[in-house]
Amino acid sequence: MKLSKVFDLGIKELRGLARDPILLVLIIFAFTVSIYTAATAMPEMIANAAIATVDEDHSPLSERIVGAFTPPSFARPVRIRPGEADRRMDLGLDTFTLWVPPDFQRDVLAGRTPALRLDVDATRMSQAFTGSGHVQAIVAGEVSEFLAHRRAPTRLPVELVERARFNPNLDPARFAAVMEVINAVTMLSIILTGTALIREREHGTIEHLLVMPVTPGEIMVAKIWSMGAVVLLASAFSLTFVVRGALAIPIEGSVALFLLGVTLHLFATTSMGIFLATVAGSMPQFGLLLMLVLLPLQVLSGSTTPRESMPEFIQTLMLAAPNTHFVKLAQAILYRGAGLDIVWPQFVALAAIGAVLFGFALKRFRAYLQ
Amino acid sequence: MTALDPPTSVVARLVGVTLRFGRTVALDAVDLDLPAGCMVGLIGPDGVGKSSLLALVAGSRRVPSGRVEVLGGDMARAAHRAEVCPRIAYMPQGLGKNLYATLSVEENVDYFARLFGHGVDERRRRIDDLLAATGLAPFADRPAGKLSGGMKQKLGLCCALVHDPDLLVLDEPTTGVDPLSRRQFWDLIDDIRAARPGMSVVVATAYMEEAARFDHLVAMNAGRVLATGTPADLLARTGTSDLDAAFIALLPEEDRMGHRAVVVPPRGESDGDVVVEAEDLTKRFGDFLAVDGVGFRIRRGEIFGFLGSNGCGKTTTMKMLTGLLPASAGSSRLFGHAFDPADLEARRRVGYMSQGFSLYGELTVRQNLDLHARLFELPAETIAPRIDTLVRRLDLADVLDALPETLPLGIRQRLSLAVALVHEPDILILDEPTSGVDPIARDALWQILIDLSRGDGVTIFVSTHFMNEAERCDRISLMHAGRVLVSDAPRRIVEARGVATLEAAFIDLLREARAVETSGSVASLAAAEVAGEPVAAARRGFDPRRMLACSRREALEIRSDPIRATLALIGSLVLMVVIGYGINMDVEGLTFAVLDLDRTTTSRAYVEEIAGSRYFVERPAIVDHSDLDRRMRAGELGLALEIPPGFGRDLDRGRPVEIAAWIDGAMPMRAETIAGYVQGMHLYWLSERARVGLGKNAPPASHVLETRFRYNPRIESLLAMVPAVIPMLLLMIPAMLAAMSVVREKELGSIVNLYVTPLGRLEFLLGKQLPYVALAMVNFVLLTALAVFVFRVPFTGSAIAFATGALLYVIAATALGLLIATFMRSQIAALFGTAILTLLPAVQFSGMIDPVSSLSGAGAIIGRIYPTAHFITISRGTFSKGLDFIDLWPAFVPLALAGPVLVAVAALLSKKQEA
Repeated sequence: MKLSKVFDLGIKELRGLARDPILLVLIIFAFTVSIYTAATAMPEMIANAAIATVDEDHSPLSERIVGAFTPPSFARPVRIRPGEADRRMDLGLDTFTLWVPPDFQRDVLAGRTPALRLDVDATRMSQAFTGSGHVQAIVAGEVSEFLAHRRAPTRLPVELVERARFNPNLDPARFAAVMEVINAVTMLSIILTGTALIREREHGTIEHLLVMPVTPGEIMVAKIWSMGAVVLLASAFSLTFVVRGALAIPIEGSVALFLLGVTLHLFATTSMGIFLATVAGSMPQFGLLLMLVLLPLQVLSGSTTPRESMPEFIQTLMLAAPNTHFVKLAQAILYRGAGLDIVWPQFVALAAIGAVLFGFALKRFRAYLQ
Repeated sequence: MTALDPPTSVVARLVGVTLRFGRTVALDAVDLDLPAGCMVGLIGPDGVGKSSLLALVAGSRRVPSGRVEVLGGDMARAAHRAEVCPRIAYMPQGLGKNLYATLSVEENVDYFARLFGHGVDERRRRIDDLLAATGLAPFADRPAGKLSGGMKQKLGLCCALVHDPDLLVLDEPTTGVDPLSRRQFWDLIDDIRAARPGMSVVVATAYMEEAARFDHLVAMNAGRVLATGTPADLLARTGTSDLDAAFIALLPEEDRMGHRAVVVPPRGESDGDVVVEAEDLTKRFGDFLAVDGVGFRIRRGEIFGFLGSNGCGKTTTMKMLTGLLPASAGSSRLFGHAFDPADLEARRRVGYMSQGFSLYGELTVRQNLDLHARLFELPAETIAPRIDTLVRRLDLADVLDALPETLPLGIRQRLSLAVALVHEPDILILDEPTSGVDPIARDALWQILIDLSRGDGVTIFVSTHFMNEAERCDRISLMHAGRVLVSDAPRRIVEARGVATLEAAFIDLLREARAVETSGSVASLAAAEVAGEPVAAARRGFDPRRMLACSRREALEIRSDPIRATLALIGSLVLMVVIGYGINMDVEGLTFAVLDLDRTTTSRAYVEEIAGSRYFVERPAIVDHSDLDRRMRAGELGLALEIPPGFGRDLDRGRPVEIAAWIDGAMPMRAETIAGYVQGMHLYWLSERARVGLGKNAPPASHVLETRFRYNPRIESLLAMVPAVIPMLLLMIPAMLAAMSVVREKELGSIVNLYVTPLGRLEFLLGKQLPYVALAMVNFVLLTALAVFVFRVPFTGSAIAFATGALLYVIAATALGLLIATFMRSQIAALFGTAILTLLPAVQFSGMIDPVSSLSGAGAIIGRIYPTAHFITISRGTFSKGLDFIDLWPAFVPLALAGPVLVAVAALLSKKQEA
């Protein structure tokens, strides 16, 4: 393998990319607009939750409770009659229905411990569990305030002081922005190397290269370094100007260390791009294949939902994917400020996976050129 | 013929027609009359406007400016087009471009017959007659894509003739076809014309020798008509003896500048050693024998020609010589050494110019030359002078900084040659270096090749399908079906066969080689024409038969391309598993550890409470604060509890105590859940402690809130997600497949059948949609089965309501795909475009994760009208809520409307002609 040829071929790839407006727009979009919108559009856990109330008490206390559900967490409660409740929930109009029984205020004052009822549409996972906690807290708060002048305030014997580390306000944007960068790195590195190879085949230029004194290894490494460099630069830019700049999201750890991790990850994903392009017969097939590969890589890597809650076999299986390790090291470095002493196992895993994928892709690529 | 046709018979008339593609002018104010009832030939090289002109005459392309009259009416009027289109047959350029490669010969003809409204018996009769006449009958079951070039053209002709056209428009029907097949093709056309004397034929061709047999010629160059007249007229007017020369003579002065007739100086016989030698070279692709025992010896400085039709094995042989393909058997030697593909040194002595001048379109001419020079490892200081020399010799100075794609074919060809010569190779291998290039550029290239051979002693191995080029070679080999039929000097081949021309010699040889392939009996066709009933006038307006013909064809294509269908079905199952497990909102198995600075039974009891829950998994105790910090940074702990010293003691004495809970906030959603769990358990522990401690003296609670988690009492994520994931997948994949099926036709060119047959836009779209609706319903059954039997999501409602909803929904989903396809040109754009346009609203605004009722602004509007939102209501209603039609009817109404509205919009937006 001659470095000068690898370099020359890589420069050729970069020139080709520079003249492909669609891919350029995709790169720019993925590393700017897409990250910005993902961060800003991420809703709070409970936002505008639909709640209906069946108030059979019509007392000051029940009015007080119903009036306590306000935006942004809850939509203004819809007051409904008892007969309507089931049907509305069936049609998905309400996520919560709060029933206040007759004589609720009187029973509370008399210390009879009356029961309110809360129906929750538990098919709405995102709101059902957390939302019912909110409802509980709101109702308890209103009742105790109502009773405040009648009874002594109760104080808990033990206070639990909860503090969230690394993201004290639990701002979802901080999570979404960085994970979007990670997803963009994976997606673009596979797309860029894959299309670089398929384009070359569709234009018939790959044969052209092969009659020259150039080896398949040189062709492949040239594509990997050039496309990898583009994604690396774009992600560095994005972290600096979009995440830290426009979104003003603090980054705990060393960006340089993170970029080293990106480089290792790119080694694996660009090899994967080459491999997929050799499997796919044409650009449309590459596209279909991409959907089937990219989505599992991203969804199951821990960048959308925690890995712990996935079935054991999926967790084990996903250890073979570079994304799992990359997401882990990215979260450790960028959110928790971890150093190399903590994330070295992920670096080792990425290097090993990358080496295997590279070897495999090179083997495929050689066979494919025959 | 109708009375509309003027008796003086002009079949088509163009007045002041100008057509531009961006900045290039394809047709420049063309005025032209094409006479009826005869054979009209358009001659000229590629890119002079022949194809555009024919597309206008066939009604496939929209009339841009000027007037086009065909069969006595204005082609700009849709009503006239609809009326005459059943009388016109159009075969576009490119071998079998309007055919369906995966469909068999018979299925192809049958499809066209159905489009033109023939009944069952009539179809059978016509198909049999046409296949018999063209000699395709023995290959009726072979897929069109597996036919030879000549047979593809015959099949194209069958499809064109199935409706007895009055005007037959053929765009380069014989390019790339061997001489014998070409001869047979024209004989066939002559016979058909004899049987239908009224029929007009308009043909474009790049072969001047064929043009000689046409009745009337139109010579074109650079979007203009140079001359019209009979072949004899043109020869007489230019005082030349052949049409090639006549065409050059007709060109404007400035184009002809510097053109000289090519002279081949004789080559000293027997000098030079053998530089290329092949022996018994064989290549097999699976069962297919592409090259069968080919052998030859080429001496230094010789020009060796390779002749043959497309697919006869020329390119494969060349690839084996250049090491691009390993030979299955036999050997080849370069410069006396066995050729080793791994030997990079040998490659330095070979220059290769591949078919189609494949250059890096994204690099300028200079960058292309520079890159190749570097890859051949020319010493850095010699690169610039070498490029200068080549640029001068091949006259590229003016275009050095241009991109190859913007250059005319003739210049690209020279650039391609320059690239092949950059390292001064001893052997030059050129694969069809002149196809599609105008005669002047072709001659110029040959002059360069001859100079290289005679002057520099470069050995040249060239393939071509032009006879006059073959005559310039020192020796030629004729290949057919992987075998070399003859190999000798052109003159000797002609003498040996005792014929007048090289072409005649080849036809003779080919006829011997494939005595089996008969040309069929045209007599039967002629008889059939007389006996056959006239074509039923194509029904105007919507015709369900044409729609079904389209569906049938699409279904056949899916069947013969099972990869697409399987990927669509398996793909959706894979995605369902991934999303079902991946987008999981259950938070379990959370890791926690305790920094217990108290170490009393009370503190231990507190920890036990948390460790005992199913949500938390306890890790080894934390030693100190730095240990806590390190383990949280590593992501090892989701929760760390710090119990202060004196916790138990203070609690007993009623002093205020605080426990610190450190939560990993890196994942906010998980952190919120952890916070909720810990808070809940903390309160429970306290109340239990209070109850045990105070007994009945504890004050009663003010109230209780009984929470009922309906439909999903255990709040399982899978149970909530799966009924929402099915709608998402049933939208994305069917929409994607439907969109790609339309765009695929645009990309491959068979969309032209929509432009030139009576097939209507709505018939086309609905016809395409139907098979994908069926495929999506299969998908639906599979996904539901996966949900019920593998994920064990209980199904509680009405299955019929669910299935009905699914049917309405997939109709809407495929219609959405068709609509998106009207905006897309390439399959890859259709694929990603559809994915984005369907996924985003389906995931964000349809209640899959956040309920529609919680949305505001534009999202809320999308959520109200988007079909996915309604189908999610139906899916959850029938899966989890035990509902039926009666309960869910408000969701069915918009769903039923969505499909028809989307199809109607797609039909309005799609075009019946190329813009």
